[in-house]
Amino acid sequence: MISFDNVSMRYHTGFEALKQVSFRLGAGEMAFLTGHSGAGKSTLLKLIILMERASQGQVWVDEQNLNRMVSRQIPFHRRKIGVVFQNHQLLFDRSVYENVALPLKIGGFDGDDIGRRVRAALDKVGLLSKEKLNPIRLSSGEQQRVGIARAIVNKPKLLLADEPTGNLDPELSADIMGLFHQFNQVGVSVLVASHDLDLISRLPYRRLVLDQGRLLTHG
Amino acid sequence: MAKQPLRNSGRGSAERHKVAVGDRGRGYLAHHREVLVSSLQRLLAEPLATLMTLMVMAIALTLPSVMLVGLQDAQGLSEQWRGAGEMTLFLDAGLSEAEGQALSAQLVDNSQIASTLYLSKADALAEFKQYSGLGDTLGLLDHNPLPAVILVEPDAGYRQPQQLQQLATLLEAVDGVAEVVLDLAWVDRLRAIIAFARSLAWVLGGLLGLGMLLVVGNTIRLEIENRRDEIVVVKLVGATDAFVRRPFLYTGFWYGLGAGLLAWCLIQLILLYLGTTLSELIGLYPGSFELSGLGIAGALSMLLFAILLGVAGAWLAVVRHLAAIEPR
Repeated sequence: MISFDNVSMRYHTGFEALKQVSFRLGAGEMAFLTGHSGAGKSTLLKLIILMERASQGQVWVDEQNLNRMVSRQIPFHRRKIGVVFQNHQLLFDRSVYENVALPLKIGGFDGDDIGRRVRAALDKVGLLSKEKLNPIRLSSGEQQRVGIARAIVNKPKLLLADEPTGNLDPELSADIMGLFHQFNQVGVSVLVASHDLDLISRLPYRRLVLDQGRLLTHG
Repeated sequence: MAKQPLRNSGRGSAERHKVAVGDRGRGYLAHHREVLVSSLQRLLAEPLATLMTLMVMAIALTLPSVMLVGLQDAQGLSEQWRGAGEMTLFLDAGLSEAEGQALSAQLVDNSQIASTLYLSKADALAEFKQYSGLGDTLGLLDHNPLPAVILVEPDAGYRQPQQLQQLATLLEAVDGVAEVVLDLAWVDRLRAIIAFARSLAWVLGGLLGLGMLLVVGNTIRLEIENRRDEIVVVKLVGATDAFVRRPFLYTGFWYGLGAGLLAWCLIQLILLYLGTTLSELIGLYPGSFELSGLGIAGALSMLLFAILLGVAGAWLAVVRHLAAIEPR
């Protein structure tokens, strides 16, 4: 699903966020991406959804070479990937329902279809009863789950999450991880960036450890 | 959108997926409809700010439009005057009133002349007193200095400038006619003035149109700035540039439409007000004059022009500023 081949990423400032990173994430596989903050986790995720481009090396996602992708194609590439952002990236000028429906509207889905899919996604994260509320009235954990519902609403093949349990207490964090586990069970490839080592160590997934831009282990 | 029938109920999931793909086109149209409405709602949510922007745009539209409408009508009037091709025959002082009457009657027989009107010396003096305001002064003269005149209105078929000139030469040769005056010079001058004023109106219209473009552009720029977070998020979840642009272009459309309608109201009011004073002035001259207003075609083309400017202004802002907003 994802393949990094000797990928380096240097920002305009000269800061080298990734150094010759190579790894593969198989279709239907789930893995954790860990490391200290500033180790390059976010940069790696940004390369996958083309918020940034690699300075060197090849990035492949779903059999497509991202180096060759022109900007016109980027929206369609992003639609195949569900992303859960660290800061939720929710819109507070509309309801929970509208937030989750956004990717479907962008994808040109029909009204009936949107309603069915949004409710299915909200049901999955246990927020069906809150669809009419403004997300600003929800707790941090609930907001994170709205973000997850939005990420999975158009049934992407690949799910990325950047510190999805960042500000949550251990119990809520375990809930969230449980959700990712469930999606993986139905065949979605999942890559979760997290520095919550405590939580990760209790789960049976492969770990990719970044340290100052270098990938230490991938076993 | 909410009232669509439940077409998919009771079908298998594989089939349902197929239908969903076919629905993309309809979803696309539905999104256009939705954005059309929501962009209007956004504008109405801040009525005062919206009204002020609309007023600026409407005034920019109104000024040249009123000028052009007025000039159009003035030109029609000058054509009327010019088209009449009326000429004045000043008669010899020695000609008696009876001889003058006879000459006048004789001239009508000419096929090039539609009608004549004989004004005796006394008639001419009376008319002069009435319009010149010099009545009292003229009373001091011991005799009437004005000649008798015959006003000649040429036949409708002989009003080309060349033909009129020929007729004038012909009439000048008639016994008893001292001088023929073709009243075209001042009409030509008026026409030149109108033509100049019209170019001025277009230049003004062009400048104000440009101003309108910038007003819309700047308003949309602020709107883009206000909605920066939203733009970042929709781009992150896969929105195309067209999707991001759409609400702003529709906003520009509404600004254009609103300004056009407002300008139309303003123009009608102004013409109503000007119409009464103007008809008093024009009533002093021959010919009929009425401010015609924009008319349906004029109103529609102004509306279309306003909408075009609104969308173009929005487009400029969007092209210039949206590209700068990328998720980081």
